[in-house]
Amino acid sequence: MKILVCISRTPDTTAKIAFTDNNTKFATEGVQWIINPYDEWYALVKAIELKEKDPSTIIHLINVGCIDNEPIIRKALALGGDEGIRVNSNSEDAYVISSQIAAVAAPENYDLILLGKETIDHNGSSIGGMVSEMLDLNLISLSTGFQLNDTTIEATREIEGGEEIVILETPCVITCQKGMAEARIPNMRGIMAARTKPLKIIEPIPVSPLTETMAFELPPAKAGVKLIPADQPEILIQLLKEEAKTI
Amino acid sequence: MSVLIYIEHHDGKFKKSSLEALSYGHVIAKENNMATVAFVISDGRLPVADLGKYGATKVLTYSHIGINESDSKSLASLLCEVVKKENVTWIIFSNTLTAKLIAPRLSVRLKAGLVTGATGLPTKDGVVMRSVFSGKAFSAVKLNTEIKIISVNPNAYLINESPEKPEVAELVYSTSASTIKIKERRLSPGDIPLAEAERVVSGGRGLKGPENWGMIEELAKLLGAATACSRPVADANWRPHHEHVGQTGLAISPNLYIAIGISGAIQHLAGVNRSKTIVVINKDPEAPFFKSADYGIVGDAFEVVPKLIEAIKTTHG
Ligand SMILES: Cc1cc2nc3c(=O)[nH]c(=O)nc-3n(C[C@H](O)[C@H](O)[C@H](O)COP(=O)(O)OP(=O)(O)OC[C@H]3O[C@@H](n4cnc5c(N)ncnc54)[C@H](O)[C@@H]3O)c2cc1C
Ligand SMILES: Nc1ncnc2c1ncn2[C@@H]1O[C@H](COP(=O)(O)O)[C@@H](O)[C@H]1O
Repeated sequence: MKILVCISRTPDTTAKIAFTDNNTKFATEGVQWIINPYDEWYALVKAIELKEKDPSTIIHLINVGCIDNEPIIRKALALGGDEGIRVNSNSEDAYVISSQIAAVAAPENYDLILLGKETIDHNGSSIGGMVSEMLDLNLISLSTGFQLNDTTIEATREIEGGEEIVILETPCVITCQKGMAEARIPNMRGIMAARTKPLKIIEPIPVSPLTETMAFELPPAKAGVKLIPADQPEILIQLLKEEAKTI
Repeated sequence: MSVLIYIEHHDGKFKKSSLEALSYGHVIAKENNMATVAFVISDGRLPVADLGKYGATKVLTYSHIGINESDSKSLASLLCEVVKKENVTWIIFSNTLTAKLIAPRLSVRLKAGLVTGATGLPTKDGVVMRSVFSGKAFSAVKLNTEIKIISVNPNAYLINESPEKPEVAELVYSTSASTIKIKERRLSPGDIPLAEAERVVSGGRGLKGPENWGMIEELAKLLGAATACSRPVADANWRPHHEHVGQTGLAISPNLYIAIGISGAIQHLAGVNRSKTIVVINKDPEAPFFKSADYGIVGDAFEVVPKLIEAIKTTHG
């Protein structure tokens, strides 16, 4: 079994969101970078669990990004990946990123390609679907768990208004979310081992983006909270009706 | 040329978020002198002609027989055929789980730029605002392609009535056997789906235990709201996981969000800060949530919520 886990680098969940250069760039000063939580907690840990069951499993990690992303690839290696691949591109266009992942994956014949359900900065939720189309593979989106029996997968996925269980054969692409696995922290042995695990750097293939981010904007600041006395909740009802017009 | 809108339904009714997407698509169609084509997969029981009320000039209903809605490959093939036949240049989805399954695939097949989580209409140059950084910011994204795909966030665009008499075509699509088999489907009927609820009542660890959710449910029912919770509440299995909102749960954007016994951690806010009006009920006046709230009550939830329920019953009918 050969698994590719796609990992992205995102600002820590508590990072202050601000922009520079005329609101065209995310202000990175003082920002802590992490592996996108969905990729780490769910996609990667699920891959590690599969390797624990079948030690012949090989886990490759891929990140499309610049050299600054290497610490998060090393962390993923410390958690349990076997080999890291970094495609040296700064693109933020989902189509370009997906094309790079597909180009690396195509000759490797991975049995499974695991991704997070979305990046917490870009919130595109599109790369899994794009990669599956580029490789002409089946896609299980927003999966909360799956079992693998030889080449057969039984997966639970979230659908509008409920959930469903689907059955299909590998190879396929799965986007992972909560329920898939439990978050782990790397241990000392993992951290030591990660230092010598291979991290390949690949130059990107030329692809034109389909979209272009022009500028960012922060939402207007809240006017401040109106406090209502605890013993007069009818005032709240009145305000919601007449001022906020929401009930 | 035309604008295609993907329409979803639940329990025999069109989804509110789909009608929002239809209204949105109709505005684009009118501005560009295009047809507004609604696409529905239906079991034949839906009043599809009603889609004319929201601007559809044409309704394509495909029989659900033979279509596997979990198979993004065959759905994308069907949609690509429709796009060619109807000369579609804009495809509009509501940003639902279904859109997340199909839209990226279509984007690749049609080489069509995709904007997910749109919060407003495109400008003349094809620039669309979308929500990023888990609701903490917006970005303006330009679509540079001939065909453009947009998935609009629920509650971001209001339903408009703009009556048309649509031409209705009932069609059948036959695909080769799907390689994804659906073993089981569990749908919760009747409930207001959290993702598109206009009002949400949410509880946190301050409620102490699952046995105390009766008043949350009652308040929600009175307001026609869906219920939600913070992550530790779902982790402790006080509430089902699909109610968990926040950074790692569902991101919602209702018109009204009432947070009860929730501290307002940044990861929680990430999922709810797009709500139009936020009400916080917390016994700690220093709770960070008050900084993001429009209205607040400092008090014990076990006293405030029953009083609130009484007040609604008397003033609100
Ligand atoms: C990477 C990461 C991702 C995360 N993702 C999420 C997420 O998606 N969603 C999420 O919710 N959290 C998430 N968290 C957890 C988050 O940081 C907080 O720990 C969590 O939101 C706290 O939940 P809470 O407000 O219910 O509980 P607490 O923080 O314990 O707050 C309880 C609140 O209830 C109040 N209270 C107590 N008793 C009463 C009473 N009788 N009446 C009224 N008020 C009362 C208290 O004053 C307090 O403010 C994440 C954390 C991390 C690190
Ligand atoms: N630059 C990247 N390199 C590798 N994988 C990525 C990258 N960006 C996103 N992904 C993967 O794609 C998923 C969905 O991302 P998105 O479509 O941006 O929300 C993430 O959870 C990652 O698994």
